[in-house]
Amino acid sequence: MENIAEYLKAERSQEWRDEVRKSMKTKLRLEKVRVQMSEEDPNVRNTNNIEVNTGLSVEEAVLEAQRCIDCPTPTCMTGCPVGINIPKFVKKIETEDFLGAAAVLKDTNGLPAVCGRVCPQEKQCEAQCFYTIKLGKPAVAIGHLERFAADFEQKSGQIAIPEVAKSNKIKLGVVGSGPAGLAASGDLAKFGYDVTVFEALHEIGGVLKYGIPEFRLPNDVVDVEIESLKQMGVKFRTNFIVGKTASFEDLKEDGFKAFFVGSGAGLPRFMNIPGENYNGIFSSNEYLTRVNLMNAANPEYDTPVHSGKLVAVIGGGNTAMDSVRTAKRLGADRSMIIYRRSEAEMPARLEEVKHAKEEGIEFMNLHNPLEYYADDKGMVKSMKVQKMELGEPDSSGRRRPIAIEGSEFILEVDTVVVSVGVSPNPIVPAALPKLEITDWGTIVVDKDTMQSTTIPEIFAGGDIVRGGATVILAMGDGRKAAAGMHKYIQEKIKAN
Amino acid sequence: MSKILEKEYFSKNVAKIVLDAPEIAKSRKPGHFVIIKIGDKGERIPLTIASSDPEKGTVTLVVQKVGVTSDKLLALEVGDEVTDVVGPLGEATHIENVGTVLCAGGGVGVAPLLPIVEGFKKAGNRVITVLAARSKDLVILEEQMREFSDEVIIMTDDGTYGKKGLVTLGMEEVIQREKVNLSVVIGPAIMMKFAALTTKKYNIKTYASLNTIMVDGTGMCGACRVEVGGKTKFVCVDGPEFNAHEVDFDQMLMRLGAYKDQEYAAYQKYLETEETVA
Ligand SMILES: Cc1cc2nc3c(=O)[nH]c(=O)nc-3n(C[C@H](O)[C@H](O)[C@H](O)COP(=O)(O)OP(=O)(O)OC[C@H]3O[C@@H](n4cnc5c(N)ncnc54)[C@H](O)[C@@H]3O)c2cc1C
Ligand SMILES: Cc1cc2nc3c(=O)[nH]c(=O)nc-3n(C[C@H](O)[C@H](O)[C@H](O)COP(=O)(O)OP(=O)(O)OC[C@H]3O[C@@H](n4cnc5c(N)ncnc54)[C@H](O)[C@@H]3O)c2cc1C
Ligand code: FES
Repeated sequence: MENIAEYLKAERSQEWRDEVRKSMKTKLRLEKVRVQMSEEDPNVRNTNNIEVNTGLSVEEAVLEAQRCIDCPTPTCMTGCPVGINIPKFVKKIETEDFLGAAAVLKDTNGLPAVCGRVCPQEKQCEAQCFYTIKLGKPAVAIGHLERFAADFEQKSGQIAIPEVAKSNKIKLGVVGSGPAGLAASGDLAKFGYDVTVFEALHEIGGVLKYGIPEFRLPNDVVDVEIESLKQMGVKFRTNFIVGKTASFEDLKEDGFKAFFVGSGAGLPRFMNIPGENYNGIFSSNEYLTRVNLMNAANPEYDTPVHSGKLVAVIGGGNTAMDSVRTAKRLGADRSMIIYRRSEAEMPARLEEVKHAKEEGIEFMNLHNPLEYYADDKGMVKSMKVQKMELGEPDSSGRRRPIAIEGSEFILEVDTVVVSVGVSPNPIVPAALPKLEITDWGTIVVDKDTMQSTTIPEIFAGGDIVRGGATVILAMGDGRKAAAGMHKYIQEKIKAN
Repeated sequence: MSKILEKEYFSKNVAKIVLDAPEIAKSRKPGHFVIIKIGDKGERIPLTIASSDPEKGTVTLVVQKVGVTSDKLLALEVGDEVTDVVGPLGEATHIENVGTVLCAGGGVGVAPLLPIVEGFKKAGNRVITVLAARSKDLVILEEQMREFSDEVIIMTDDGTYGKKGLVTLGMEEVIQREKVNLSVVIGPAIMMKFAALTTKKYNIKTYASLNTIMVDGTGMCGACRVEVGGKTKFVCVDGPEFNAHEVDFDQMLMRLGAYKDQEYAAYQKYLETEETVA
């Protein structure tokens, strides 16, 4: 830690940083109000797939960057899981060196255009900002600025491709192309390895492609990042399930020396209540996959999707918000969230809840489904819902929902999306009987190197280790694992 | 991308397709299936791997034309590429030498039954196969089934070929005639339901291979779910084979109908555009 503090101090005392700080009185900086991200009109955007946030203009970005007082101890950085040098990139924006700002981001975060859009900043960096903790005022809009710098670089056509060490011809495999796998593959390529990413689906990107909708994270933004990885020499094999198409043993015979497993938490959970298998009831994974990955809402594509006029989405996370807002866009008259706790406990990003409300989503908080009913064709037509109240905090620290007896009522629905969480993907654990896994099916790893506790050539990270987390945590794991793998391989070479 | 190396029609709507897919060919066991997708706008559909040749690196599919995607696949010719092919998926069939195996197939189930008939025969069993169809011109793969069966019984609803009657009649005839150790049924849900009821009556262990609607085929979406023994199972990863006496066929039947109207409309539209193009 000492070293990092020293390093930050040295960076902060560079001449250009001094100059920027002095260019404006702190009092003036503190008087400025937080920028408002401009958004598409809620009543228009809820009928199309256009990205909701339109991004900051150059002027807005510079003004917002001026709010940052460049604290001697930047507490914001303690909130960032990958330790982005936040004041440095913000000050680069203030000096209008936008490509320089993007370069700072890319030092520690391979996917800034993605993270600027989907990170829960209000719980991370912005929660630790001087404005938040000392002044009780809105934080510097770090997330918006991150997106601004990353988009600026993407649009400039001058995308900096990170330098790659001379190829050492050592083959390494990455299982899964979600944020964990992409982050690991980028760093491994930088170290000079011959990296192949194996992906089960026909598209690269994991949840970024099949889960998070276009109106929040356009596919083009993800594709630019994937293109950079390809230019760094990373190879991609789609339609390849490690453990099925070929075993780890097969791949080792093929020359692969070690693997990073970023296979995600792809298994949907259901509630196991009566009637849950009726038609018109989906997991959020199925609903979002049909719409995002298979483009089912577009009549030119072959995959169908059933999306009705009265849609209930069960849950309060990002996945639930994405599903309910998708339903609205597919033409629902009523798109409803049914969540058993209150809004304060919702795990979804604040911004998504706000956007959902603007778009006319109904929130039935403190409600829980009990049973579904169908018409004579097996199509869901209504559900029994019970009202809840909050009791004492449970093990998660959130107040426990308690059913209110006799409060049940029938709600008319024609589509239900169950979004109550996911479990770790079991394919890799099933293929490696010696792999140590927890009772929940997550892979057990050393928390610094991300190396499996039982199979030395296997490293893992992201949702398959955490059981469901965030894009940035998955990426952080991927990078840590890349460093761990590099160390492992180098030590093996030395030993021989 | 997988190149089509061979294609042979068994009848007007059923063809064998040999694909270049070396890794899948090497890993595949009987009972496994693949998911294919044609073109950027295509949907993902499951197809059983009828056989594979690890040396040549090929897998063989037997495809029956029933809707948009199966039609698109059969419209491809030798040398064309299938955009996406992923597998092998599912659990392998439990093939062992048990004595006498009664296999029953109908409709869309006949193609996936073929590798199972072959597998049990090669494991040394006496294999009796009952094929059911509405009428003579819908009977498929008879010749291929004969190659691996000790006896093939054909049943048609209208009596235009073989015996008149449902699949269960043919099965019952065999069961009453000789000792059957195991039964495997694949076909429309309604057929499997009654076939399972028949074997249950005689206490014969029976597997049904379920052909539910699928999307990813890797356990990620739950589209393929159905209740077996009172528990919800994902057919693509827990199956496709299950104890037929425990499957809730009524539920499966209901779930298979989820997109019937849309599928029918899409196929009609596809056929119309095909005609205008041709
Ligand atoms: C709808 C939705 C919205 C979300 N919104 C946010 C948000 O706003 N902010 C945020 O921070 N987080 C969000 N999350 C969570 C975040 O997306 C995940 O935490 C993150 O994607 C995990 O990354 P990963 O790389 O571990 O796994 P994934 O992104 O799940 O990728 C795993 C990949 O591995 C592939 N795979 C699995 N097994 C194999 C195998 N055996 N061989 C080959 N490939 C395999 C899968 O097909 C998949 O593509 C959201 C999640 C969902 C579902
Ligand atoms: C594990 C598994 C293995 C299979 N193996 C084979 C195989 O080896 N050869 C083969 O020809 N088919 C097989 N099928 C069935 C095949 O997947 C479907 O025929 C295909 O999805 C139809 O797609 P389509 O777009 O051509 O028709 P669609 O437009 O999707 O459907 C056309 C019509 O067929 C009906 N239908 C669609 N899917 C099914 C189904 N799964 N079962 C019963 N009826 C259905 C629809 O209700 C509709 O009336 C298998 C299915 C599964 C789940
Ligand atoms: S097809 Fe998606 S889980 Fe089985």
